[in-house]
Amino acid sequence: MPRPPEPPAGRPRVPRFTPAEHRVHRATAVLMAVCVLTAACLYLPFLAELVGRRALMVAVHEWSGILLPVPLLLGLASRALRTDLRHLNRFGPHDRRWLRAALRRRGDRPAGKFNAGQKLYAAWIAGAVLVMAATGLLMWFTHLAPLVWRTGATFVHDWLALTVIVVIAGHVWKAYADPESRRGMRTGSVDAGWAAREHPLWEHEDKAR
Amino acid sequence: MTKEANPAGAPDHGAGADGSGTPVGRRVVLGMLAAGAAGVAAAPFLQRAWDDTLGAAAQQDPTGLSGLLPGGGGFRYYSVTGPVPDRDERTYRLTVDGLVRHRAAYRLADLRALPQTRVVRDVQCVTGWRVPHTPFEGVRLSALLDAAGVRPEAKAVRFTCFDGAYSESLTLEQARRDDVLVALRMQDAPLAHAHGGPVRLYVAPMYFYKSAKWLSGITVTDHVLPGYWENLGYDVDAWVGRSNGRDDAPTT
Repeated sequence: MPRPPEPPAGRPRVPRFTPAEHRVHRATAVLMAVCVLTAACLYLPFLAELVGRRALMVAVHEWSGILLPVPLLLGLASRALRTDLRHLNRFGPHDRRWLRAALRRRGDRPAGKFNAGQKLYAAWIAGAVLVMAATGLLMWFTHLAPLVWRTGATFVHDWLALTVIVVIAGHVWKAYADPESRRGMRTGSVDAGWAAREHPLWEHEDKAR
Repeated sequence: MTKEANPAGAPDHGAGADGSGTPVGRRVVLGMLAAGAAGVAAAPFLQRAWDDTLGAAAQQDPTGLSGLLPGGGGFRYYSVTGPVPDRDERTYRLTVDGLVRHRAAYRLADLRALPQTRVVRDVQCVTGWRVPHTPFEGVRLSALLDAAGVRPEAKAVRFTCFDGAYSESLTLEQARRDDVLVALRMQDAPLAHAHGGPVRLYVAPMYFYKSAKWLSGITVTDHVLPGYWENLGYDVDAWVGRSNGRDDAPTT
């Protein structure tokens, strides 16, 4: 993804993410990319023929997958991250309006620090990673569970993987379409005008007082 | 501090509106976990429904793209090494050695000149996929062993492959079964490279990892040497439905 140009100097900026949050996001993204790429090498025939090395691909896939929740768990030590998690978790009346407006492709999308789409994405992908980890463990440690569980786990793991890839593609596409949101994750701060436009209900430090 | 950007008489957006409200995020996470568990439980029914409808339609798909969907029919390509070299008429050799009276090296033409046997059974992979009624054709392994003259102290047969890494083994008794072939053809066509061609082992009654692809060496030994996947925990006696903790329908 190309870096957006540096923001024009002098315009007011507001802090959005701390370095700790940036590192959690970066580590999670790298693990997820490794997990998806090794999955492709195991699953897609032309990649399997090109890459081979099945035992190695399996090991890298298993470990990158099981480590996926770790950056976020470590990040819980950060107060800023815990606060953001609370913001992602809680849905107010404005979030319902945001979702209705988004579904009808209308404007008028009130949002706090995170809009309702971002909140739903965060919760969905967190749940999906846990389900992928659980079903993956059933397939990894085959002696843990009866065969019928394993077959079911394979079924869920395969179909949910397809869904996860589509959803992550949407996440990346949304980020690609909005350079300022990417700058927020990379540098930690965003343009005050952008914040007022995209997240009008966000009571960040400069405005809350 | 109600925002001007949020008219239409929105209810209380007072201080702290962002970060308070219903914990929908937590419910979504828990809902995903519940849906995952339900999916595992309902998988047999869902899988059958899929196989009977869209899965069946995908079998006729000329683009082959539906083969990428989970549970799509057909074979899957597994290799334990990097790219595997091609071997052809000129470069392929199958050696027979170990506890035998006459060592041998067969070219493709030599193998084709021997009596051919055709076996049609289901193929069952230990990872779950199954391909029904798959014809394999080739030389019975027992014929090659008889030609080599197995010594009395021999107990087992080890197989090596020109991918440089894979190996398999059978007891002598298993190796002498009628449905164990050194296969040259599959699905009534010459065995393609992706399916382990030009020559692979075919052990009809066992999980497909026993049917070593790219077969290049047969060594008669005095005990069973576990193969590649068996060193990584798979069962050595890999009868379909009676090993690896699985209960698939037997293939023979």
